[in-house]
Amino acid sequence: MTKRKASKKIYQYVKPYRLLLLGALLSAIVSISLTLLIPVLIGTALDEIVSKGNVDFADVAKILGYIGIAVAGVSVCQWTMTYFVNVLSYNTVRDLRRELFRKFNSVPLSTIDNNPHGDLISRVINDVDAVGDGLTQLFLQLFSGAVTILGTLLFMLGIDWRIALTVVVLTPLSLFVAGFIGKLTHRRFTEQQILQGNISAFVEEHVGNERLVQAFAYEKRAEEGFDAYNTELLDVGFKAQFAGALANPCTRFVNAMVYAAVGIFGALSVIGGSLSIGQLSCFLTYANQYTKPFNEVTGVLTQLQTALAAAGRVFELLEFGDESPDSNKAFQHSGGNVVFDNVSFAYNPQKPLIQNFSLNVPGGCHVAIVGPTGCGKTTLINLLMRFYDVDEGSIIVDGTDIRNISRKNLRSRFGMVLQDSWLFEGSIMENLRYGNENATDEQVIKAAKAAYAHSFIHRLPQGYDTVISEGGGNLSQGQKQLLCIARAMLTDPEILILDEATSSIDTLTEIRVQKAFAKMMKGRTSFVVAHRLSTIRESDVILVMRDGNIVEQGSHEELLKKGGFYAELNRAQRNI
Amino acid sequence: MFQLRRFLSDYKKEVIIGPLCKLFEAILELFVPMVMANIIDVGINTLHDGGYVLRTGGLMVLLAAMGLTSALFCQYFASKASQGAGTKIRRALFEHINTLSYAELDRLGTPSLITRITNDVNQVQQSIAMCIRLLTRAPFIIIGSLVMAMTINLQLSLIFFAAAVLIGLTLFLVMKLSVPVFSAMQRKLDVIGRVSRENLSGSRVIRAFSKQESENRHMDSATQDLAKTSIRVARLSALLNPVTYAVTDAAIIAVVWFGAVKVNIGEMQTGEIVALVSYMTQILLAMVVVANLVILMTKASASAQRINEVFDTQPSVTEKYSGYISVKENKTKITFDNVSFRYADGKEVLSDLCFSVLRGQTVGIIGGTGCGKTSLLNLIPRFYDVSGGRVLIDGVDVREYPFAQLRGQMGIVPQQSVLFAGSIRDNMRWRSPNAGDKEILQALSVAQATEFIQKLPDGLDSRVEQGGKNFSGGQRQRLCIARALVGEPKLLLLDDSFSALDTATDAALRRALRQNTDDMTVMIVTQRCSSIQNADLILCMDDGRIVGSGTHEQLLESCPTYRDIYLSQQGAEVRA
Repeated sequence: MTKRKASKKIYQYVKPYRLLLLGALLSAIVSISLTLLIPVLIGTALDEIVSKGNVDFADVAKILGYIGIAVAGVSVCQWTMTYFVNVLSYNTVRDLRRELFRKFNSVPLSTIDNNPHGDLISRVINDVDAVGDGLTQLFLQLFSGAVTILGTLLFMLGIDWRIALTVVVLTPLSLFVAGFIGKLTHRRFTEQQILQGNISAFVEEHVGNERLVQAFAYEKRAEEGFDAYNTELLDVGFKAQFAGALANPCTRFVNAMVYAAVGIFGALSVIGGSLSIGQLSCFLTYANQYTKPFNEVTGVLTQLQTALAAAGRVFELLEFGDESPDSNKAFQHSGGNVVFDNVSFAYNPQKPLIQNFSLNVPGGCHVAIVGPTGCGKTTLINLLMRFYDVDEGSIIVDGTDIRNISRKNLRSRFGMVLQDSWLFEGSIMENLRYGNENATDEQVIKAAKAAYAHSFIHRLPQGYDTVISEGGGNLSQGQKQLLCIARAMLTDPEILILDEATSSIDTLTEIRVQKAFAKMMKGRTSFVVAHRLSTIRESDVILVMRDGNIVEQGSHEELLKKGGFYAELNRAQRNI
Repeated sequence: MFQLRRFLSDYKKEVIIGPLCKLFEAILELFVPMVMANIIDVGINTLHDGGYVLRTGGLMVLLAAMGLTSALFCQYFASKASQGAGTKIRRALFEHINTLSYAELDRLGTPSLITRITNDVNQVQQSIAMCIRLLTRAPFIIIGSLVMAMTINLQLSLIFFAAAVLIGLTLFLVMKLSVPVFSAMQRKLDVIGRVSRENLSGSRVIRAFSKQESENRHMDSATQDLAKTSIRVARLSALLNPVTYAVTDAAIIAVVWFGAVKVNIGEMQTGEIVALVSYMTQILLAMVVVANLVILMTKASASAQRINEVFDTQPSVTEKYSGYISVKENKTKITFDNVSFRYADGKEVLSDLCFSVLRGQTVGIIGGTGCGKTSLLNLIPRFYDVSGGRVLIDGVDVREYPFAQLRGQMGIVPQQSVLFAGSIRDNMRWRSPNAGDKEILQALSVAQATEFIQKLPDGLDSRVEQGGKNFSGGQRQRLCIARALVGEPKLLLLDDSFSALDTATDAALRRALRQNTDDMTVMIVTQRCSSIQNADLILCMDDGRIVGSGTHEQLLESCPTYRDIYLSQQGAEVRA
């Protein structure tokens, strides 16, 4: 992303707070003009202090009073300026983070599956922080700088417009130098932010799976991997920081030259008789004041550069494509009839997975899907829930193509339990209520009992109020699955999807949970992906999948009689 | 903050020379007004000589050039020291995290560790650079000005000291009040990181329950929370500049007033007041720099605290010896001697475990969900330490072993199948970094993964996404098993590692395992009796205790719990 484009976009996020900007600007005007006024006042006060016995105390007191008021004004306005700018940048930071997070929820799942999470998180945390720092510095320097420049310019023009013009024309030279350096170094800052993201991703992966790292005594090698990124970051970070830091000394050098030039030409003018010495000294003071803001802006150039590079990464993420637009329609009919009509799908266009897949599931039918791993069982569920959209063909639920139904309406009809049990940091109660916020405590407990989770929850120190820490803390994998099952049961879905939902649960509990499911799903459609054939014998239809296609379908008995792939799977299981 | 200074020890040269360069530049800057005075006094007033003006002007240019050079050196050293120290801190943090045991990792939490290793280190790094660049100049000017003030008038210089004390007090107060708020800010940043991480890992569940809106609201409140805290801290830190300004200007007013009194009685000249005022202004400018540094340092010290918190966290499980201890291979591979175990916050999850496993035996562990199977397994590689009793391997307490020796002899397959970004070959080399293709292919073949690996166009070089997301659950599980088998472990720990496998694969895998691993001791945690029917020893667990141990046949007779589990699995077959 170009710098210009990134800056423009940042402005879009700053715009809602332009009143704060205005406030900061006004504060800057007041405080800087008063600051410029105070030396003049001190001067007049000093004029009243002439010599022994010749001091006008009344006047001195009056002027000192004015100075006091001016100082109070400066202090208040300085505070408001800093405060307003801070509020502005913190609010912008907040908005950017919210927007990024909303993006996580609106991109297609493939985007989330295909990007390292650590890198995405680094954009939300580190890059946005860098943008915020940059904004604060920029506005603080910009406002007081602009006002100072304007003020001193007026004073200088009042004294001698020719030399004033020389200063005005020459000083921006330093900006050119700074701009040139900025251009040269932008790439390094971008690289630096990218590496920052890589490090985050690496840390996320390895610290997130620290258990594996230790189990395999992999620490040394993980550190070597980390070193590779870290050393690269040192190299790039050093270059970026040093190159960015060049701008300030260079600017000051240019400004020192300007100062010298003013001094020399001024002195020559004095010799020539067109300028007085007093005027020259005044001029030099203001020339110094005038160039100061230029020095200060380039002093924070490193931060500004980092901010721009970070903004590039933030907006890159914000420009990721969204999911296909959502329909606002709801289902007209119910019943639970599901039709796959000639569906084709591939995650990767080069590797076709499901091809011309057709299936009609009447309402109330219990469907089991079996087959070797990697044959596309989970993919069917991804398609049914519209986590991914079909490439060709269509999926029709109760007479309507699911792409013509709002995702929310579609998904609200399904209850889904996946093999990877996901719980968030919060109490067990909150986790169970996730799909049905209005459930009463009694309903939650009832669902937990049906999922055979109640007894272990009950034994936890804080019962239903026990907070599950990130990663599930000390709950076993099976217990987490039971919680996910209870969570799904509480939603009382019309169509149930179980994708290896009971894989970590002991078989006694599994049978009980299945009975509970059977009771709940009586007359409703369900899809069950399972490896343990014993658990799906009673399904109405068993689909046997292989390499993305259904190779057999029928009831358990029919398939056994057929003596095909299913019978083979079944024999393998019995011979164990 | 000071605890982190050890990371600067390699940069002593930079840390000393950098500020010296800056000091040199500041001294050069002091010459500029003198040279200018020379131009006016000598060049204009005395000599009226344009040539002298030009020559002296040339001296100014030379001074500026020298200033530029020393500033560049300072920037160079500042970049080098700060980036270098940052790199070292990051590295040391990562290394330290690798030594922490499960219990500490549970407590600190991964998202917070990620923020600390990136964002917090960045803050510290920035502050080091700023210190090197700014910290010498400001005190130099302040002390210099104080000394000069004292030589002019000792009594009036007392005002300077009063002002210094007041400003110092303000700095101290603001710092003291804002450090906890800055820490709170970083903690809130952790929350944002955690919510982002949860949202990305739970994207399927969130969408299935159509909870995007409530997740967004969750983020809204987390970001609002951070914004509020940040603004609170801004309100405080925005005070520093105006207060400094107000105090110094109040001092100026006092100097002028008391100066006026002294001039009136003939103790002082007006010119001396002018000098005092200009020194006070110098101090003011330096103080503003110090105030800004203080804000930065406060923020950095909050981050430094968080970094130190990680460094100060001592692993609860530590090595007694590193290197290698000599252990004779024993006929009894594993002994649990009256072992009990509890997690940090909970009640006992394992009680009075006593059993022995002979070398080459296969042991099955079975029992209800949450009965402590995984906890038992975790004690063998010392992921946690026992609370009572001891675990022996080859007759030696596991606490006597160096980690590498203890874990190096084990192949561990955790419940959750996680792979790391890289190639399949990279992942297969986790146990032994130099494993050849032959060895890897052998392990893959035992794990029943050869078939699908062969189908991949790039074979062992095929790319693995973070976590292994581009493989199906069953494929991932088989790769994890293969990963543990490379390098012929003496002890294989399988924690419910067949759950995502279809039954035929499961059976084939166990057959291959039996044929290839005569000398390997295998511990299998499982839900399926069929998986361990042929095991030499089966431990049946219930609620943290072993309620039955023996072979399949023995347990069927003697252990009602085992019989129930078995029948629950046979029951399905009978009903079919």
